[in-house]
Formats: sequence, C-alpha cells, structure tokens
Amino acid sequence: MQKERAVITVNGIDHPGIIAAVTKALADLDVNIEDLSQTIVQGLFTMILIADITDHDLAKLQDRMAEVGREQGVQIAVQHENIFKYMHRV
Amino acid sequence: MIYSIDEILETVRMIQAQHLDIRTVTMGINLRGCIDKDIDKMCENIYETITTRAEKLVPEAKAVEAKFGIPIVNKRISVTPIAQLIDTPLADAEEEEAIDGAVKVAKTLDSSAKKLGIDFIGGYSSLVSKGFTMGDTILINSIPYALTSTDRVCGSVNVATTKSGINMDAILLMGHVIKKTAAIDPLGCAKLVVFSNAPPDNPFMAGAFHGPGEPETVINVGISGPGVVRSVLTQLEDADLGELAETIKRTSFKITRMGELVGREMAQRLNVEFGIVDLSLAPTPAEGDSVANILEVMGLERCGTHGTTAALALLTDAVKKGGAMATSYTGGLSGAFIPVSEDAGMVEALKLGAINIDKLEAMTSVCSVGLDMVVVPGDTAPETISAIIADECAIGMVNNKTTGVRIIPAGKEGEYVEFGGLLGGSPVMPLNKFSSSKFVRRGGRIPAPIQSFRN
Repeated sequence: MQKERAVITVNGIDHPGIIAAVTKALADLDVNIEDLSQTIVQGLFTMILIADITDHDLAKLQDRMAEVGREQGVQIAVQHENIFKYMHRV
Repeated sequence: MIYSIDEILETVRMIQAQHLDIRTVTMGINLRGCIDKDIDKMCENIYETITTRAEKLVPEAKAVEAKFGIPIVNKRISVTPIAQLIDTPLADAEEEEAIDGAVKVAKTLDSSAKKLGIDFIGGYSSLVSKGFTMGDTILINSIPYALTSTDRVCGSVNVATTKSGINMDAILLMGHVIKKTAAIDPLGCAKLVVFSNAPPDNPFMAGAFHGPGEPETVINVGISGPGVVRSVLTQLEDADLGELAETIKRTSFKITRMGELVGREMAQRLNVEFGIVDLSLAPTPAEGDSVANILEVMGLERCGTHGTTAALALLTDAVKKGGAMATSYTGGLSGAFIPVSEDAGMVEALKLGAINIDKLEAMTSVCSVGLDMVVVPGDTAPETISAIIADECAIGMVNNKTTGVRIIPAGKEGEYVEFGGLLGGSPVMPLNKFSSSKFVRRGGRIPAPIQSFRN
C-alpha cells in the first residue's frame, strides 16, 4: 500500500509551548512525524512537519490540529502532500 | 525534508494570502437520453438524471477541499444545450404553450441544482451559428422568462463560428431578448452570454454547456489566481517584459498543476471521466483578486490606458504557455478574463474614466471571452446591443477565437448598479450615440471568412 503523508504548517506569534502542543497532539493520535523543520520567517514562528497518515483519518487530524491552533493562538494547516508534490515536481 | 521549506510556504501563502483557489469544478452531463414526447415526463427524466449523477459532486468536492486545503469556490453542472431536447415535446405546441414548456425545463434545472447544493447550472443554451431549429427558436424566445424566474440557471446562445459565419438574424433577436430580460430583472442578463465560437467544454458560467463531442458524464475544472500572479509580479520592479512573461508562465504552471490534481481526484472519486483544465485568470470582486491590477502592476497607471491591449496579450499568452506544460488536457476558455463588474480594478478604472467600451472591445481581441459583465444604459436600443454583439462576433470569427458578450442594460449613465456576490457591481458605461439600426436590421448571415477554408 502506498504511503500517505500530510504536510502540517504552523504559523503564528512565537511563544513557549507551540512545538510541545503540536507534537503531543500528534503523538496522542498515534501519528508519526517523519520530518520537522522550524524557522522564523518575517518575525513569525513557522514550523513545518511531515507526518505519516497512512491508515489515519485526515479529517480527524485536521479537527484536532484546528483545536491546538485555537489553544495556542497560531494558524495550523494540514494538507495532503500531493498538492505540494504536484505543484513543485514534474 | 522531501520538499523545501520555501516550496511549502509558497503554496500555503498562495492559498492563504493571495486568494489562490480552484474556481470551479463542473460536472458535464448528457441529457439527450431524457427526451420524451411529454414535457412533464421529460422534466422528470431530467431531474432524475441530474440528481442521480451529480449526487456526490458537492460532498466529494468538500472532501477534496479539506484534503488539499485548497478552496473550491463553485460546484457547477453543465448540461446538453436544452434547445436540442425540446424539439420533440414542444415543436407542435402553440407559441405561448411552447415557451411555458421551455420555462418548465428551466425550473426543473433550477430545482435539481438547489437539491444538490450546486451554485450554477449551465446549458439553457442554443447553438444557432448557421440557423434555427424549432427548439432553438422556442428556447431563445423563452430566455427572458426562464432566466428571471430561476436563481441558478445560466444560458448561452452561440450565434457565430469561424466555420459558418455570423447569424445576424439571431443577433438581432438577442438584442431584443436581452432588453426583454433586463426589463423583467437585469440580473437575468448576468446569467446570459452570447457567443462566437463557443467551446463545448467550458466550466465557466454563464457560458457553460455540455456540448457535442463530449462524453456521457465528465468533470472539468476551472482554475484561477490573479492575486498570485499580481503578487509575484510586484516583486519584479525592474524586470523587462520577457522576464515578466517568464514569471507569469512559471506561476501559471503551478496554479494549473493544482487544477489538474483536483480534477483527477474528483473524477476518480466520482468515477467519471476527467475532461479538461481551463487555465484561466478570472477575477472576483474581492480586494487583490483583479486582472486589471495585474496589468497595472506591469506598469500601466490605470487599466484601459494606451498599452493595455499589449499588456493583456502578454498576460494571456504567458498564462496559456505555463498552463499547457502543466496539463495535457487544456480547453474551455483558457486565458485571461476581463469581466468589468466582477473586477474591482476594472470598476475603479471605469470610475476614473480610464476605460471605455471601445478599449474593452480592443482588449477582447487578445483575451478570453469578451465584453463581459458590462452595464450599459437601460434605455439602450435593442439594435445597439445587437450591433455590439455583432462586433464581438466578428472579432471572434475572423481571429478563430472565442468571444462573447454578457451585457446588462440597467440604470442611467453614471449610475452605479450592484449585483452582489461574485457578480459584483459597476457604473453604467456610456455607449456611442449613433444608431446601427439599419445595419443590424438587414438580417441574414455574414458569410464565413476565408480562414474557415482550412481543409
């Protein structure tokens, strides 16, 4: 079976606990993080995670992440990796 | 990391900050199997066919939206031109009865669209570039009543092609039809387009229909992203025009790939054929989502000034070139759209007197479609409207391209008319004061140009 991956982007004002909250929520859902990168872009905290979502419910993950986003006051987007693959790779 | 941070952020930024969206997913449905001698039975068949085949269109589109995190703004349906269905039940009916019958079909389309949660249903259409069938005549005469008594039905009439010339009888009739529609409700005119060389696979309203040569059921996708193009061009303050074209090409490629991905995913989920990606730049009234603003970023003080046609030609061509690499199945009306009321930059240019109908007409020789969503004075003579349509059709016919007219007679010169939603609003555009009546009243057909003999 082909591996399904999601790209999770987190944007917002930097403060302690964002990474912890996001990664804990993923761990609770038993979602494995394959790659993680964090940087500050134009003064904004920006984190990008690639997660393995094979056999996971994408909608459920999106709901949970939206919740974490609200708690932390950051914007979280969960998108299937295909959109990035299609757009940037021929 | 499999993708670079820049690539990921670029995609997210395009969607969140620059209004990138899939403008429409349109399911084309063949209705020819619904024909019945009894009009009520035929309406039942139509309702049944549409609601069954498109049952999952909206829920699946919503699922795809969530999966990729990209908004799909409109979910639409296009059907077989209705004029081709109504011959059988209505050909022998009295005029009034026939019109009632056709309006009944329009209402059936409307109610099936509402049942499914579809934004627009296109195909209340007729193709009469060479002549009229009974069904064509009935349908065209019913347009004023059909489009004003329904909310989501869109119609189109193809009155010219490069192969067959321009049907001036049809154009004269359409001038009256548009006036009659406007007299009942000007909004009806916003749902009606008169075409030359209408494409059979166009997912954009009001001109969408499921034309001849199409499969039984098909998914066509229309993409758009003027905000994204404008935003990348803003960063190229000192670039020359070749570089601008190159950048538009690259951007258009990326946008179109997204359309291809969504189209294929939708087709697979609905288990129907994937048709085309219409790679277009179509504006919305939202701030920043304007084609006119792109032309202004290129260096024109206001859209409509000298140089606008050249800038639009560059833009249209670059969009097509970038998109052609991104998908093998392009179609519809690919290119840049310049509807006036739907484009905040166009409306601004009109208010400032930077643009007029003559410049718009010149621009239509290099853009997609044509004089689109243009509000003209409510007391304009039907013959004048016909003459405007004839001019556009001539441009389309001679240049082997699609052109169309979506014109709305409403209000007085200088007044502002609001339509709401995606249709926007616009000041009333002044027209030439001199009459074209004698010319358009001659009727008959303008013969096909010499370029049509290409075999």
